[in-house]
Amino acid sequence: MAPSDSTRTETEQSAAQPAVGAPSAAELRAAAQTDLGERRADARPAPLQTARGMEARDVLAWYGASQALKGISLPFAPNQVTALIGPSGCGKSTFVRCLNRMHEEIPGGRVEGQITLDGHDIYASDADPVTVRSKIGMVFQKPNPFPTKSIFDNVAAGLKLSGGKRVKRSDLRDRVESSLRGAGLWEEVKDRLSAPGMSLSGGQQQRLCIARAIAVEPEVVLMDEPCSALDPVATLRIEELIHELRQRYTIVIVTHNMQQAARVADSTAFMLSGELVEFAPTNKIFTDPDDERTEQYVTGKFG
Amino acid sequence: MSTTAPDFNLRASGRVRRRQAVNRLSLLAASGSAVLAVAVLLLLIVSVIVKSAGALNLDFITQTPAAFGQTGGGIANALVGTGLLILVAMAMAVPIGVFAGIYTSEFARPGPSAIVRLVLDVLNGVPSIVIGIFIFGLLVVGHHQSGFAGSVALAIIMLPIIARSTQEVLALVPGTVKEAGLALGISRWRTFLAVVLPAAYGGIITATLLGVARVAGETAPLLFTSSIAPNTVTTNVSQALPSIPVTIFTYSESPNPEQHQQAWAAALVLIVFVLLISIVARLFAARARRRALGR
Amino acid sequence: MLAAGFCVVLVGLLAYKVFDQAGSAISTFGLGFLGNSTWNPVINKYGAADFIYGTAITTAISLALAAPLAIAIALYLTELAPRVLRTPIATLVEMLAAIPSVVIGLWGILVLGPFMQAHLEPWLHSVLGWIPLFDGDPSQVGLLSAILVLTIMVVPIVSAVTREIFVTCPPELKEGALALGATRWEMVRTVMLPYARSGIVGAVILGMGRAVGEAIAVTQVIGGTAGIHASLFGSGDTLASRIASQYQGATSNLQISSIAYLGAILLVIALIANLIARLIVSGVRRPRTGFAS
Repeated sequence: MAPSDSTRTETEQSAAQPAVGAPSAAELRAAAQTDLGERRADARPAPLQTARGMEARDVLAWYGASQALKGISLPFAPNQVTALIGPSGCGKSTFVRCLNRMHEEIPGGRVEGQITLDGHDIYASDADPVTVRSKIGMVFQKPNPFPTKSIFDNVAAGLKLSGGKRVKRSDLRDRVESSLRGAGLWEEVKDRLSAPGMSLSGGQQQRLCIARAIAVEPEVVLMDEPCSALDPVATLRIEELIHELRQRYTIVIVTHNMQQAARVADSTAFMLSGELVEFAPTNKIFTDPDDERTEQYVTGKFG
Repeated sequence: MSTTAPDFNLRASGRVRRRQAVNRLSLLAASGSAVLAVAVLLLLIVSVIVKSAGALNLDFITQTPAAFGQTGGGIANALVGTGLLILVAMAMAVPIGVFAGIYTSEFARPGPSAIVRLVLDVLNGVPSIVIGIFIFGLLVVGHHQSGFAGSVALAIIMLPIIARSTQEVLALVPGTVKEAGLALGISRWRTFLAVVLPAAYGGIITATLLGVARVAGETAPLLFTSSIAPNTVTTNVSQALPSIPVTIFTYSESPNPEQHQQAWAAALVLIVFVLLISIVARLFAARARRRALGR
Repeated sequence: MLAAGFCVVLVGLLAYKVFDQAGSAISTFGLGFLGNSTWNPVINKYGAADFIYGTAITTAISLALAAPLAIAIALYLTELAPRVLRTPIATLVEMLAAIPSVVIGLWGILVLGPFMQAHLEPWLHSVLGWIPLFDGDPSQVGLLSAILVLTIMVVPIVSAVTREIFVTCPPELKEGALALGATRWEMVRTVMLPYARSGIVGAVILGMGRAVGEAIAVTQVIGGTAGIHASLFGSGDTLASRIASQYQGATSNLQISSIAYLGAILLVIALIANLIARLIVSGVRRPRTGFAS
């Protein structure tokens, strides 16, 4: 990475999480109440499209000999945003990678337990990982548009794989446009679809990746700390986008920024050392958690 | 929309199965290619070992070639010749190569450094037969073939390898180490001698060994410079010296099966030598890397 | 400083000396040398056309064989091979590059040649004989043997460079493709090959430099006759192998000068190929633009 980029990413990161270490309890409460209370009550329309939910039962995962997940069970309700929070190394990223069978791509990566999409076990012997991943999309920590491809081709990449040469050019254009609209990027890029994906800003790149993920019409979109490399303005746009995406997809978002979880998630799961500590409506996690460790974490006492 | 599809499942559809088949076929082809490459290497080595079995004995490395019409004999003259050619080439290429490497990585400004690097790359890409023609024109025309001319040709081939490897090793020595020396108020040159050189010492040996491994089997540059050589053991570098590669080359073109067998045996000696040097060079390189990184 | 300056002077001297020796052939035959296919010491007339053809065809076909093989090997080593096998197999492939060309040539003439005549060429002839390339009588020496020998020598060079580039392909890109529902091969096609493309081109050009300049092994197996004919089974000669085979046979100054002229052509080709390859490869190895840019 060129030096200018890395420095920029760092400043973005530090700017994006001004108070990640110690948000005051009052702040969080306020965030949770305004965002979840008001927004959900007033501004949450019925889903435009019913997505499928997922459920994890007693999921264990390893990297070689070291165990990263020690039995996680969690439901992911359809058309809801579920946030996974916890200190670094708690296994939240590992868990989300288990949800679309990406964990097994890491050398030594191993998963046990049951994860279902609408009742279908994604680890069943007749379940095909390629098919699973096309139904359960993923957005990564660092925006990763394909560097040699144009904006258009980045969005079309998944479609071309699954549809092959049978996809008509006009259909492809329609789908690329609707995906870019869905990712809130269309207005910004409609005049330069053939420009390289890398020519966009960091936030735009991340929305391009979201467009790429939703272009294959998944049921679920997994997001692994999608804003951690972005500045506050870009972060806000992604968070707004998540609210819109919820109308079509089931969303799972990993974040180490508690305010973000408070702003975007319907439910929040708090993980610690590979175990699930508490899972509850976001409001409850941030205002009235049952577990003492959750309380300590959300009030910034550790982590 | 998707929930309306009644037959939702996660099994591979027909199209996905076709894609998976293409996937498996491609990956199989890639594995097959790797197997093929290793198989060719083994085939080469096994051929050399098997075919040289009859000729390889003590006589082979202690005797000179048999006179015309006689059997037996060995390549002692070529062994001595090759050893001498390499030694003389090293005596020229190692100091120049190492200093050129040191200069470009430690002392030169970026501009001149880039030019020297480019020149070294260019030199590395010159076909060795052309280097043979060059030395032929420089040292043979008007005189006669000589071991010295052959060594100069080999030295030119070694030079970029040694210089480049030296650069790479020196680049591994952390800047902080150099800065520490400079901060103590020691001059650049003294810092280099006291701090950088010891750290890069193993790497420079690696560079030399890599150069030797490369030129030990070089035939082309010797054809024009040191190929018409006596069948006796000689250490006179002002005359053409016999060498193992040229011996293999001329024997391989001969119709005489006994010479073929001798060529195989000479090839075995050469391969063992080259591979040994390469392996030792790798070991030194690994050690130098560990040292340079302070592990 | 002195040493570095010496290197620069040396390269200049090298080019000067080669062209100087070629001088009388250049002034006698001019650029027509390149297009003339006579090589006749008796009438003292020389031309390089046959050898340029031989060099072009052996290099082109051996690269066409070596490039996909080398890329496949690099792919195997970076993506497929079990971790414990990666370094050993990579080392073995690199060892192939360390084997002296004279030994590969020896093997080519004494092992590969008879096999070609007895098995490979008759088979190719019966299957693909309708293509002029595979028409003609099988023989122990010839262009096809030279092509295979060159392929063996070029593969390790190309695969080593390609592997280095594959290794640097950012994992997040590969994951991006997989998470989109790509198979492993599709991941290679959509992400890794485009990422490595210019580097692979550079590696192939580097391999081309090697194939064009290889004199010894080719001399041993190509048969050493001038002439242009379509059949790969027949013998021929390349620029480099013609030079090598003439090392003791030169009878006139003009012939020696013509040999140097061949060397000068070789030098120019090699320089151009090398410069292009270095430019491309070093461009690839420079740090890439980051993801946030």
